[in-house]
Amino acid sequence: MISALLVMAIGAIVLGAALGWASVKFKVEGDPLVDKIDTILPQTQCGQCGFPGCKPYATAIAKGEADINQCPPGGDEGVRKLADLLGREYKPLNAEHGIEKPKSVAFIDEQTCIGCTLCIQACPVDAIVGAAKQMHTIVADLCTGCELCVPPCPADCITMEPIAETVETWKWRYPVFELKPVVTTSVVTTDHPTRAA
Amino acid sequence: MGHTDRAPLLRKLFNFHGGVKPNANKQQSAAQPICTLPLSREYVVPLHQSIGGTPQPLVVAGDRVLRGQRIGAADGNVSSAVHAPTSGCVVAIEERLMPHASGLSAPCVVIEADGLDEAAPRENFDWRSASPDAVRDYLRDAGVVGLGGAVFPSHLKLKANNSIGLETLIINGAECEPFITCDDRLMQEKAREVIEGVALMAHLMQAKQTLIGIEDNKPDAIAAMQAAAQTAGQSNISVVAIPTRYPAGGAKQLIRVLTGIEVPHGKRSTDYGVQCFNVGTAFAIRDALENGLSLTTRVVTVTGNVERPGNYWVRIGTPMHELVEHAGIKPGTERWLMGGPMMGIPMPSLDVPVVKATNCILAGSAELFAAPEPEMPCIRCGECAQACPADLQPFEMYWHSRARNFGKAQEYHLFDCIECGCCSYVCPSHIPLVDYYRFAKSEIWAREKDKTAADQARDRYEFRNYRIEREKEEKAARLAAKTAAGRAAIQASQQTVTGDAAPSETADDPKKAMIAAAMQRAQAQKAAAQPQNTEHLTPAQQAEVNDAEARRARARELADQDAQSIGKTSPSADTPNKMAD
Ligand code: SF4
Ligand code: SF4
Ligand code: SF4
Ligand code: SF4
Repeated sequence: MISALLVMAIGAIVLGAALGWASVKFKVEGDPLVDKIDTILPQTQCGQCGFPGCKPYATAIAKGEADINQCPPGGDEGVRKLADLLGREYKPLNAEHGIEKPKSVAFIDEQTCIGCTLCIQACPVDAIVGAAKQMHTIVADLCTGCELCVPPCPADCITMEPIAETVETWKWRYPVFELKPVVTTSVVTTDHPTRAA
Repeated sequence: MGHTDRAPLLRKLFNFHGGVKPNANKQQSAAQPICTLPLSREYVVPLHQSIGGTPQPLVVAGDRVLRGQRIGAADGNVSSAVHAPTSGCVVAIEERLMPHASGLSAPCVVIEADGLDEAAPRENFDWRSASPDAVRDYLRDAGVVGLGGAVFPSHLKLKANNSIGLETLIINGAECEPFITCDDRLMQEKAREVIEGVALMAHLMQAKQTLIGIEDNKPDAIAAMQAAAQTAGQSNISVVAIPTRYPAGGAKQLIRVLTGIEVPHGKRSTDYGVQCFNVGTAFAIRDALENGLSLTTRVVTVTGNVERPGNYWVRIGTPMHELVEHAGIKPGTERWLMGGPMMGIPMPSLDVPVVKATNCILAGSAELFAAPEPEMPCIRCGECAQACPADLQPFEMYWHSRARNFGKAQEYHLFDCIECGCCSYVCPSHIPLVDYYRFAKSEIWAREKDKTAADQARDRYEFRNYRIEREKEEKAARLAAKTAAGRAAIQASQQTVTGDAAPSETADDPKKAMIAAAMQRAQAQKAAAQPQNTEHLTPAQQAEVNDAEARRARARELADQDAQSIGKTSPSADTPNKMAD
């Protein structure tokens, strides 16, 4: 009986050690943590986090050089996922880096564009097409909404348009609870203004 | 019933798990023959009416169109064309409110009818001599989609698995959803046409046997279809009465009942030698192939709280309010559903068009449908799992969907849920379970889309960085090459100008050589761009000009010698490394 327990205990220790060693070794090798963090980040590549793109931010988080609440496009949900992944405490988005906004895409007023190509150079995902002195256009499907092309434009012809919901992209809402009336109607009616106030 | 193999009672039927028996409520609309709705003044034809890509409009505002004329071309193969329901003038292509729970709009072709109802010339197409692919393309362009409600493009389904072929073609006449009777009436009134359509499909798919499943609460439809099959001499088409139990008309459930085959999660039924179509679709396929008629009309049941419940032949694009006004709106109607009480979706307004997916319009009143009782906590009674025809665990999916734990919900096979509503129907806690599944499914789809977009953005970002790096390297390389070339050219020119006399120092000092070369180029340009007011001169003037030119040339030579002597005398040790950048 005791020998059996002993065998089990030794087995557990050996296995545990092997696992620990393996995990350490694995971490040192490819740094999969950066990739895991990068998968959570929205890839908008906007630089609002203070790094020149999502991957650099992911690297900084992995090294402990940046906090997890600096990415506005990822929003609250992104922070939660990062907190989960890294086993850290959730904290609200740091407003210094910006606030969460509805996803938009850039739109060039083709009448005003002078074809200077500055926006092309600014776009981190090559979502703008056009040649020198030609009108430029944004490929909406590729635009991440990073807004980086807006400031360099000398003609001020780029605007950010929020993406409109369509029949295809519409989402069913979270089912609304029908509150059970536990009090008399008169109390319910007086309750409304208080809630609105 | 002369042939024994066609006798419905002799066939062994199978059972599917779960299901419920709600009150059928079919008699209200099933008794009267289908009537034809008079022409409307305006039709609104949404471009996107099937699963798949949104068709591109083929007309512009101001065009005259004829009935059956294609006005939207299929966008790729997974898509289906749309057609003008009558003759008239296209007044606009604009966003109009859709018969969709979202209450959002989508692009539509708006046609003002001219009342002539002139048909477009018939396209000559002989499906008998055409290849199967050509027949499928034809049906895609004729806009034929599944009329049971799923609006999946039919041409994509008319294809057997190449290696195993098609053992059984199943035609769905079950019509299990309460209140709806459009298929029932169609089978009674157009049995011959439906059977012809079925025979045609069986031929196209080389089906070994064909089973038409009809719930046994429709004896008239069963009789009519059996008689039609017999008259047509189609001995391998069997009309089978199946027990009435919701949702026997679900594709998987009907396949199970008729063949005993259980199509597993995420598999196609054709991989098991079975394919399933709705009876309305069979009728539409025949209409397209035999009569050259594209899909512009369908049967719609209007029932519930209306004066004259019944079935109507309705042109696609007819405003829904016209149809229900024809049936007579009764006071007390609180909401309108498209579809039946189990799976129907609430309409945002009656200002929406009838589309290919509209099988029924159900007017709901307080008497017909009691207001939903308040939702209470799940008591884990397991009733829902007992009732689920997809053999799922609805309460688990509910729990995880509600907690927005979508990964877990998917582990419980959320996407196998057919949204039949059996679970909500039996739930003693009155939980609107299907609402949670719809919510969770659309959230998961949105996330999938976001993830694909993020992956694409990551790739493009990485590629851009790589490209910029490469461009930098190429620029440096180009510069180096240019320098080398320039150096060689200078060396060559120096050798020709000054003979072999000491050009080596110049060669060691490429920057100066380049400068000299640039100056030479500039001079050459200047010489080429001589003032052009020197034509038609008198000989004396010409002599003066020549004189001046000679002086200029001498000065240039002197300057050149100066430049070269600077090149020779200046220290050349520190300059070359500047070229490195
Ligand atoms: S802030 Fe912008 S660049 Fe930084 S991680 Fe978020 S999306 Fe990427
Ligand atoms: S920066 Fe502005 S003006 Fe210049 S090419 Fe882009 S859109 Fe046109
Ligand atoms: S039927 Fe309703 S209460 Fe019962 S387990 Fe299912 S969800 Fe819960
Ligand atoms: S709605 Fe989905 S979970 Fe509920 S019974 Fe039907 S298939 Fe099962």
